[in-house]
Amino acid sequence: MPEATIGKQHTAVKWISIVMITALAVIPFGLYLAGNAFWLDIFTRLVILAIAACGLNLILGLGGLVSFGHAAYIGLGAYAVGIPVYHSTYGGMDAIASYNGFVHLGLAMAVCALFALVTGIISLRTRGVNFIMITMAFGQMMFYAIVSLETYGGDDGLTIDLRSEFPLITLDNPVTLYIVCYLSLLALVFLLHRISHSRFGLILQGAKFNEERMGAIGVNCYRYQLTAFVLSGLICGYAGFLLGNFTTFISPEMMDWTRSGEIMFMVILGGAAALWGPVIGAVIFIVLEFVLSEITIYWHLYFGLLLIFSVLFMRGGVSGALSRWFNSSRSSGTQRQA
Amino acid sequence: MNKLITAAAVAALSATSTAFAADEVKIGFITTLTTGAASIGKDQENAVNLALEHIDNTMGGKPVKLIMADDGFKPEVGKQATDKLVKQDDVDFVAGYIWSHVLLASRKSVLDADKFLISANAGPSPVAGKLCHENFFSTSWQNDQTPMAMGETLNKQGVKSLYIMAPNYAAGKDMVAGVERTFKGEIVGKDLTKWGKDAQLDFSAELAKAKASGAEGIFVFYPGKAAGAFIKQYEQAGLRDSLPLYTVFTIDSLSLPKLKEAGMKSVLGSSMTQFWSPDLDVPANKKFVADFREKHGSYPSFYAAQAYDSIMLIKSAVDAVGGNLDDMDAMRAAMEKADFDSVRGEFSYGNNHMPIQNFYSRKVVEDADGNWTTQIDQVVLENHQDVYASECKL
Amino acid sequence: MEASILVIQLLNGLQLGILLFLLSAGLTLTFGIMDFVNLAHGALYMLGAFFCATLTIYTGSFLLAVAVAIPLTALAGYILERLVVQHLYHRDHLDHVLATFGLILCIDTLVHLIWGPEGIAIPLPEILNTQVEIFPGIVFPTFRLLIIGMGLTAAAGLYLLVNHTRVGMLIRAGASNRRMVGALGVDISTLFSGVFALGAALAGLAGMLIAPITEASIGMGSDIIITTFVVIIIGGIGSMKGAFLAALIIGLIDTFGRSFLDDIFKIFMSGEAAETAAPAVSAMLIYILMAVILAFRPQGLFPPLTR
Repeated sequence: MPEATIGKQHTAVKWISIVMITALAVIPFGLYLAGNAFWLDIFTRLVILAIAACGLNLILGLGGLVSFGHAAYIGLGAYAVGIPVYHSTYGGMDAIASYNGFVHLGLAMAVCALFALVTGIISLRTRGVNFIMITMAFGQMMFYAIVSLETYGGDDGLTIDLRSEFPLITLDNPVTLYIVCYLSLLALVFLLHRISHSRFGLILQGAKFNEERMGAIGVNCYRYQLTAFVLSGLICGYAGFLLGNFTTFISPEMMDWTRSGEIMFMVILGGAAALWGPVIGAVIFIVLEFVLSEITIYWHLYFGLLLIFSVLFMRGGVSGALSRWFNSSRSSGTQRQA
Repeated sequence: MNKLITAAAVAALSATSTAFAADEVKIGFITTLTTGAASIGKDQENAVNLALEHIDNTMGGKPVKLIMADDGFKPEVGKQATDKLVKQDDVDFVAGYIWSHVLLASRKSVLDADKFLISANAGPSPVAGKLCHENFFSTSWQNDQTPMAMGETLNKQGVKSLYIMAPNYAAGKDMVAGVERTFKGEIVGKDLTKWGKDAQLDFSAELAKAKASGAEGIFVFYPGKAAGAFIKQYEQAGLRDSLPLYTVFTIDSLSLPKLKEAGMKSVLGSSMTQFWSPDLDVPANKKFVADFREKHGSYPSFYAAQAYDSIMLIKSAVDAVGGNLDDMDAMRAAMEKADFDSVRGEFSYGNNHMPIQNFYSRKVVEDADGNWTTQIDQVVLENHQDVYASECKL
Repeated sequence: MEASILVIQLLNGLQLGILLFLLSAGLTLTFGIMDFVNLAHGALYMLGAFFCATLTIYTGSFLLAVAVAIPLTALAGYILERLVVQHLYHRDHLDHVLATFGLILCIDTLVHLIWGPEGIAIPLPEILNTQVEIFPGIVFPTFRLLIIGMGLTAAAGLYLLVNHTRVGMLIRAGASNRRMVGALGVDISTLFSGVFALGAALAGLAGMLIAPITEASIGMGSDIIITTFVVIIIGGIGSMKGAFLAALIIGLIDTFGRSFLDDIFKIFMSGEAAETAAPAVSAMLIYILMAVILAFRPQGLFPPLTR
């Protein structure tokens, strides 16, 4: 019976994968070619946030560590684009002034890794709700730090005059930018799939359920969790790098705790247990937000109600409900026998 | 997945339905319609609708289609709403913008798409200086100007020492810098308080410091809901006689009715500076204020006045080209003349398309019907141009 | 630094701390007893303020309005518990967070629909709208003294309730071992609803006390909820004593940071640098404090003994 369930889950994941990969390729371009250029923007934002949500899910879903401060990494990644571009345009700080995308990316990765390492070492001493709150605290500190940087606009934010430059491709073209984001997402989902089945991923999942037992069999969970925490920060930093290039405007507002919350909600809404959960969550969150806000300015009411109902009636998020539906419609017979 | 497809289909349908009907002037107006700041947005929306009513909803012989959009008080949301106006609704003008950060986030989207951008409030220094653009116009002011006028007012009133309080964000710092630029006395203390989502609204600690500093006056910039909170604590701390209040963008027609209801008499008689006032004796203003009061039962705020003017400015451009919206150059030239009946009276545009205009000192008074409003005291800066105009290469 | 301003800031810090305690008491109870993370706790604080504002304008008396608004807020809390919260107790913390975030969105929008976006200022009776000279040379607004007084009274009442009544015994028992209380035949469902309503009433009271100083406005709840969480985390989840002490610590540190940090910074850096750094650091202060405390005491200062 357990093997049969896993087999079915594999089929479910396969089907969801096929649907998601196709939908994210077909729908935005279809709409774009039909003259709705704006929908490509929506999908670009959506895919970038899906990348961030997947990054968060590495520690949240696999490791059971709920970070409430991941917007900080998105912000850092975006400022890693904005600050070098600012200095190349207006002078100063020659060491980092550059339009080169590799410099931006390298800077984003370095800063995020460092921040994740330092805060991770401290945060991972705590568990449960205290972990949620300490990661939030570090996020807020970074938020206020950026607010106080008057050179880069402080609260008013910073306009990115030119996007990161790469050889061969230009991110100024919205279609190219979308393709880059889309391929990044696919690569990331594949990577996460591999991680979850690797020794590293299995130890993380084991630590989630019983850290003491993992310790008893000679595994130092702390190191694995710290590695996952840094990796997760890096992924969100990458999402921030893309977001900076997409919006061409960055402000501390993108690092606020409510933004960390939104990414977390995407993960929970889609289903933290599933590979594609965060992506599904991001799709629903962004599309719903856009469509509802078109209908009424009081859309928060309906959005809130939908969130409440989704929690009350859909355990394990949308993907949880999907896979239950998938399983029951395919194997109602076997379940009855069991 | 189904949800997504239906949503996409709905959006696609609604988009195509707006695509034809080209023979109209399309104006997108971005303001804040949700969150606590929505009262400002509502006031602007009312003013825009009144302006359209006054011009029979016609510009250059064509009907006007107005699309209001919400920025949710967030730069990212504002930018997304702007992108939608530009890319999907294909508007001819984008106007509005209460907040500096929303304007800075959105300006590139509008200007890159070759549309006109009219700020009906925000006036951060970059758009007046380095980032000025031929298709950008303002019907308000540059941030520094109003506090500079306040500095002059303080000099005229013989205030020798000043305590300063403002929220700790870009506009707050601009306001402080503005007053410091012209005020000749001594600044004995300064507090920049936490702003943003969990903005500080309890100013007890700062007011205690201000009182102890022995300053002759207190200069304050607290927009939105912080204004009411500040005034009440100023009143409760009993500082009315010992520490006279000087404000910019803090006391306005939105906060005064609330303050009156709560009996905050200490604002009566306090000084502020502004480019406009409901009692300004200009025919266009009289009509605007009277009709606004009749319709909505309250005085319009300066946000409303600027929004009203933004529609009139657009009309002057569209009228000049007889509705030929493709003639951007002629429309730009028409707007540069500022040739319309502004509620602030005559003004002109500088090279950076920021108004060159008078600034008045005003006092809070009780009108004949017992409403609290503001009254012009005197002109403090005449035909004043912002200091960033020289940085603009236009 | 003059001694008088120090005393005044001490009182200001105390007043802020007491408000935070009223908010965190309910939160730490629902967290400790029901193991429920309630992001929407701030929404009850906002509702209390709006109820009180409307009633003050309607009845003309602030004190009467408070007396009526407290049970009203408790009722709102009770309804919320019965409709939504109750169904979530056996669920994951993450589900709590998502659902109560949904509640915040709903309640904020409903308040916008009912009361409009602009918020309501609460007029105070003349006697409260004055200052008193506590010590020679130290003048303090009367209403802020009232906040301190009412807050301390509520705290004392809560102390008596929790430590010296049968209900309090159940609450304490619930905080340390919820299953055992159920096994002993206590009607858990009623206890939970009651605790939730009590927490709502306390949060509502905090809203009513702050509204005459600031005003009743949309989003005031989400603005303060994070600080409230900081308080209960520092205090140790489920600990009433911890919440009380942590609230006072946070109130004092926040107030003193805002008042004296720039002067302290000016001792060892340039005036301009101090002016930039001080507001940023004082905004971060409570988060720094929390991170430091959690780094050394991962369970907070006063974790309940058994969980």
